[in-house]
Parts: sequence; structure tokens; C-alpha cells
Amino acid sequence: MSAEQARTHAIDMNSILRGKDNDPGKMEIAIKIENLNLFYGSKQALHNISMEIPKKKVTAYIGPSGCGKSTLLRCINRMNDLVDSARIEGKILLDNENIYDKPVNVAALRRRVGMVFQKPNPFPKSIFENVAYGLRIQGINDKRTLEETVENALRGAALWDEVKERLNDNALGLSGGQQQRLVIARAIAIEPEILLLDEPASALDPISTLKIEELINELKEKYTIVIVTHNMQQAARVSDYTAFMYMGDLIEIGNTSQLFTNPKKKQTEDYITGRYG
Amino acid sequence: MIRSWFNSGSPWIWLNAAAVSACLIMIAGVLGLIILRGIGHFWPAQVTRFNYQEPDGQQKIIFGEIIDISETPAAAAVISGFQMAESEETLVQYQIKMGNKDITGTDFRWLQERNIEQQDFPADIMVVERREWGNFYGHLVAVKENGKPLASGDNVWPVVQTKIDETLRLYDEINRLEKKEIGAINYQLEQLRLKSRKLELTNKLDAAAKSGIEKEKADLEEQYRQLQTQLKSLYQKIRSASLVAKTDGGAEITIPLAKVVRIYQPNGMNGFQKIGHYFSKLGEFLADDPREANTEGGIFPAIFGTIMMVLIMSVIVTPFGVIAAVYLREYARQGFTTRLIRIAVNNLAGVPSVVYGVFGLGFFVYILGGNIDSLFYPEAAPAPVFGTPGLLWASITLALLTLPVVIVATEEGLARIPKSIREGSLALGATKIETLWRTVLPMASPAIMTGMILAVARAAGEVAPLMMVGVVKLAPTLPLDGNFPFFHLDRKFMHLGFHIYDVGFQSPNVEAARPLVYATALLLVLVIIGLNLAAIIIRNNLREKYRALEG
Repeated sequence: MSAEQARTHAIDMNSILRGKDNDPGKMEIAIKIENLNLFYGSKQALHNISMEIPKKKVTAYIGPSGCGKSTLLRCINRMNDLVDSARIEGKILLDNENIYDKPVNVAALRRRVGMVFQKPNPFPKSIFENVAYGLRIQGINDKRTLEETVENALRGAALWDEVKERLNDNALGLSGGQQQRLVIARAIAIEPEILLLDEPASALDPISTLKIEELINELKEKYTIVIVTHNMQQAARVSDYTAFMYMGDLIEIGNTSQLFTNPKKKQTEDYITGRYG
Repeated sequence: MIRSWFNSGSPWIWLNAAAVSACLIMIAGVLGLIILRGIGHFWPAQVTRFNYQEPDGQQKIIFGEIIDISETPAAAAVISGFQMAESEETLVQYQIKMGNKDITGTDFRWLQERNIEQQDFPADIMVVERREWGNFYGHLVAVKENGKPLASGDNVWPVVQTKIDETLRLYDEINRLEKKEIGAINYQLEQLRLKSRKLELTNKLDAAAKSGIEKEKADLEEQYRQLQTQLKSLYQKIRSASLVAKTDGGAEITIPLAKVVRIYQPNGMNGFQKIGHYFSKLGEFLADDPREANTEGGIFPAIFGTIMMVLIMSVIVTPFGVIAAVYLREYARQGFTTRLIRIAVNNLAGVPSVVYGVFGLGFFVYILGGNIDSLFYPEAAPAPVFGTPGLLWASITLALLTLPVVIVATEEGLARIPKSIREGSLALGATKIETLWRTVLPMASPAIMTGMILAVARAAGEVAPLMMVGVVKLAPTLPLDGNFPFFHLDRKFMHLGFHIYDVGFQSPNVEAARPLVYATALLLVLVIIGLNLAAIIIRNNLREKYRALEG
């Protein structure tokens, strides 16, 4: 598929979004990606991607392994900056400001765009200090503020009742599912606008997965959520919109129910019906 | 058959096991030897009375401690010039410590067993440890005060005990006055001289300043005079008492009690008294200053100097090494240059330590120290302050020597920290430096401690470079005392490793000092083990705290 076509699809999808919501005025856009190309050295990993991510909705990226969905996600909070060989062209607009402009403060950007990784990565500190980490970075050390925020964040991540008795225990003593919810609590403690979830349940057992999915449903009331998943059922369960990517191209994006029941592209249909991937 | 045995792999296992046992035997041997020889040194040895017939036929009574027994085959003894009878197969000789060096001129001699007619252990042989001339062995005859006999005969032993306690108290008092009080006054006088010289150099020495300094100086001198009179009367008191003793040769000599450290009768002691004696000697060894060209007394200044130097070195080397490792691992672009730097750092660890000593002397002491002197201490010239070997330069030289160890260990620690942890921190809005400080470095701290442990082990045992940059045979003052600014980094200091070398090979009485060498070596090992244990305990606590790495 050519770049030109991809762009047409982005525009296409916009009309879909507006049309299906039946209320075009209310459809707010959180992130706008324009003509994004990403290269690892000489190898191009993302091809001219343009799309919009609606505010306070769950948008899922699906696609086979290596299709670039995680790479695209990591562009949104500039995590790819850590990769020496990565080079980026194009724009990602957040509040009409390109996050790849020179004067942008990357740390401040990441405070607005939180991220949760595939494998739970709590710090080797107490549960309390894990959640308070982002606040302490911002110079907030007032004990009452910290306690309040930590409690709210842990409640928000549906973990409070399980850990309230042992906030000072090492976070590494928690189970995998608890650790992942702790990491989510850590991310929402600094009240980001957007939450990027990179296959958040792929390392977890079914019960923990279910809990995370319920959590995502609750979180979307407050946050714009972008989730990468290779589990199509999960995308169907939790997301409002789904984007299908293949080999670094954005093939199709649309309302989740529409994309799964009535895909417009042959490739999408092949993938969701299990013909490849 | 042989072939199948080889193929089974068991010869290989045997070889491995043999190598491991060889290592263990060597380690056990080293430790066993120094522990055995080192620990035994303080136990009171029995003093034997020999009825000895000299080869020329003269009859003699000799007092002494048996140090060593040697057996020489008859043939070898004949070659050495001994006359051997047909029936004798070996020549047995005792090495004995006779003491009384001031009378006989020698401490030690060999006795031929065949010429010993009788030996026994009379309970009333007394050993006098003296501040000069080593031990005295003999019978106590009388105690005198101001030349008049105080006691003699049967009741002389308790009298000499009370008298010696009194004298030792006086000695301590004199020592305190001379070293502490007069030392402090001398230090202040020197400071005053430097102050006035400094003012003079900057042309600020006006009449007011001059009279102020003069007044202070007069005050100090007045204090000094008072201390002097005090000292004089103490000296009179301490010199009054003396003891009269009879040597094995029958001569009567007088020993002033002021020159006596300890009097005991080893043959008459019971087990508890021997244990008490042992611990009092051990206490002296650990807590006192050395005497008699380091062959007697304690080694406290050397213990103190070693520990102090190692601590200062750690304080210098750790931040330097960690910062360098952080730059190499976290900031520098990984490429040819960083690889080159790593190779250079690793090879630095292989440079012979004496080369570091030469560098320390040439660069730190002469260039750096010389310039510091001319910039900041012009008033002290021509006497150097930092332009001479001292504690600071020794610590810095060893810090340089151990820097590669710390860098390599820290780098390895940094490399082991999972990427996901760094990403987690960055994703929360932390900058790279905040991530380093709050997460990466604390998690790497066990590795940093490992580097420090290796550095301490290496530095504490080093001797060669230290001889050039600050260690001396005898330092009159400790680098830490009550005189402002308390820490004297410019002073020379004593070190256990050098002390072993000095006592073992440079002392006037090598034979007498040998047990001390083992005791000091044992102590050096203990000090290093102690320092390492402390570091290991800290490291294990840190590991427990940041055990994420295992996950």
C-alpha cells in the first residue's frame, strides 16, 4: 500500500469517527500523527503514518509481531530517543504542538504521556516509593500530599485494597499482575493526559489480564488510552477504536466493532480471520 | 584400559581436585604459620637455668629461654668444626635467649646439649623488661630508694611490685605531659611563628600585631615553664627508685625502675597469671607506641596509620571511579575511543605498584605539593608542608593505583541494570541524571562496594609505593590529634606492611624481632579482613535491598 493511500485512510477514518459518533462537535482529538517515518539506521520501520487519536477513548493497535505497533507507540512519548540509531521524520502533534520540535522538554512531555511496558518493571523500592517516584521527581516531598496521591493512584489502579497494609514492603514481593497494576498506579500518580500501554497483559495470567482489562475500562473516563496488543479478543473487548498495522504501514483504522465485523481492507480481513499473522 | 579411564574423565576430575587442594593447603599453611608464631609470642616462656660446661672446660650457670632446637648429623657437624665422638650420631643444639645485652653483648647463643650438665626452672628467676637493652634475666636482690635499701631478702618481691606500679604511673604522667601538653604548646608556638612570618611576608606586621603575638608567645612560654618545673619534680621522683639484681654470672647490677616496663617470674606463675600476662602483653602490642627501634612495645601507630590511609583512599577513589564509570557507560558514545579507554584503564591495573610510587613522588609530592607550598605556605619555607611525602599523597597515590578496580566493577554493575528499569523511570518524566541518581546508581551500589572491597584489599597490603610517598619507620605524632585542625594530612605515618619489612629486615636485632614480625603480619591480615568484612556486610545489605537484578 502506498503512502498516499494510507493518508486517504486516515482522512477516511476521521469521517468514520465523526459519522458513527453522531455528534461531530464532541469528537475531540488528543494526538495527531502526521506523515511519520521512522528509520533504524537504514531500515525503515514506520512508513508515512498519519492518524488521529481521540481523547478519552481507548485506541488499540493490532497487527502481527514486528509490524511496528510498539515502535509507533513509543514515538508518542519519545521513548525511541533512547535508541541511538533511530531517526524520525514527520510530526506528532499534542495540543497543536509538535513533540519533536527542538524546544520541547522531553521529561515534561513524558509527564503528560505516561507509559506502561510489556513486562512489569517496578523499581526495587517500597510500594509507596514506587508510586511516589514521579512526584518526588517533580520535587513534591510533602508527606500528606504524597500519601493522598499514592492512595488515589493505587485506588485508581484497583490495587489499594490488596496492598494498603504493606505499603512499605518491597514492590518486588508482589505478584506479576499486582506489579503491573502497581506500574499503572505509578503512571497515573503523576496525572498524565495520555496513557500508553504496550501489551500490558501479555506477561500475565488470565485472571490478572481480566483485572487489567476492567481497569482500562475505568481509566478511559479520565485518560486517553493507547494500547498495543497482539490479542485480537482483547482489542475487541477493551477498545473503542482499532488500528491495524502491517509491515510498518497503517492499513486500516476504524471503530472497533466496525473493523472487526466489517473490515474494509482485504489485509485486515485476512488478519482478523486468522489467515496470517 | 588406560584409554577408557582417560575417556571417562576421571583423571581430569582428579587433576582439578588436586589443584584445589594445593591451593587450600597453601592458604592454610600461610595462615597457620603466622597464626601459630604470631599468637605464641606473648605467652610468658619458661626461663631455664643451665649448668653448662663450655667447650674449653669452664663451668658456667646460664639463664635463658629456649627459642629453638637444631639437630645436625655428625658428619655435617664435623665439617662445621665440631669435634664429634664416634658414638654420637647427631649434634643437638639449643638456641637460647639470654638477655642481659648490656653485660654480655649478645642476646642469643647456642648451647650444645651434650655439654649441659643439668637444667631446671627455679621459681625465683625474674625477667625484667626494660626500655633499653632488652630483657634482663636474674635474681632480685634488693629494692633501693635514693640509694638506701628499702627491702631485701624474702619480702623484696611484693615491695618491688608496688614500687614498679608507682613508677609506671609516674611514667605515664610524664609521658602525657611531654607528648600532649608540651607537644600542644610547641605546636602553638610554631603556629605563632608561622603567623608572624606570614604577616612579615605580606608587610602587615605592624606594632599592634607584633605585640599581640609577643604577648601570646610570652603566655605560652610561661605555661611551658610551669610544665617544666612540674616535669622536673616528676623526674626526680621517678629516678629515685631502683632495684639490685644478680645475673647468672653472679654480678650484681642496679637497674633504675624508671627504665623498667614490667617485672615477672615466669617459672612461678600459675595458669591464670600466665593468661593475665598474655593479655597485658597483647594489650600493649595493640595500644602502645613501639620501643627500641620498633622491636619491642606496640604497633598502635602503624594500625592507626594503615586504617586511616585506607579510609582516606576509599573516600577519594570511590567518587572518582564511579563518576568515570558512569561517564564511560552512560554518556560516552560506545565506539573505538571508549574501547581504547577501557583497555587503558584495565592495563593501568597491571602496572607495578612501585611505578605508582615513583609517579606519586615525582608528581604529587614534588610538583603538586611543591606548588601548594609556594602558593599557600610561603611562611613555612624552607621547611616543606605538603612538598614532602605524607598521608595525603600516600592516599592519593593508592587511590590512583586502585582506580581501575573501582571503574571496572562499577561499569559491570551499571551494565547489569535492566533497560526496563531505566525506561520505567524515564517514562515517569525523570531526566537521565535523575534516573541515574534515584534508580540506577542505588541499584549499582553493591557492585560499587565490590570494587571498593577489592580496592581496600589491594591498598592495605601495598608497601612498595608507600615507602616513597609517606610511610616512615617511626612517626613521632599520629595524623589525628587534639591540635587544630585535628586532621594532619601533611604528616608522615606508619603502616603495618612497612612495619613488617622494617622490623623483619632493617632492625638492629633481627633475631629478637622475628616473633614480632609474625604477630604484625597476623595483625595486618586481621585488619584487612576486618575492613573487608565491614564492606561485605554493607554490600550484602545493599544487595538485599535492590535484589531486582535476580528477577
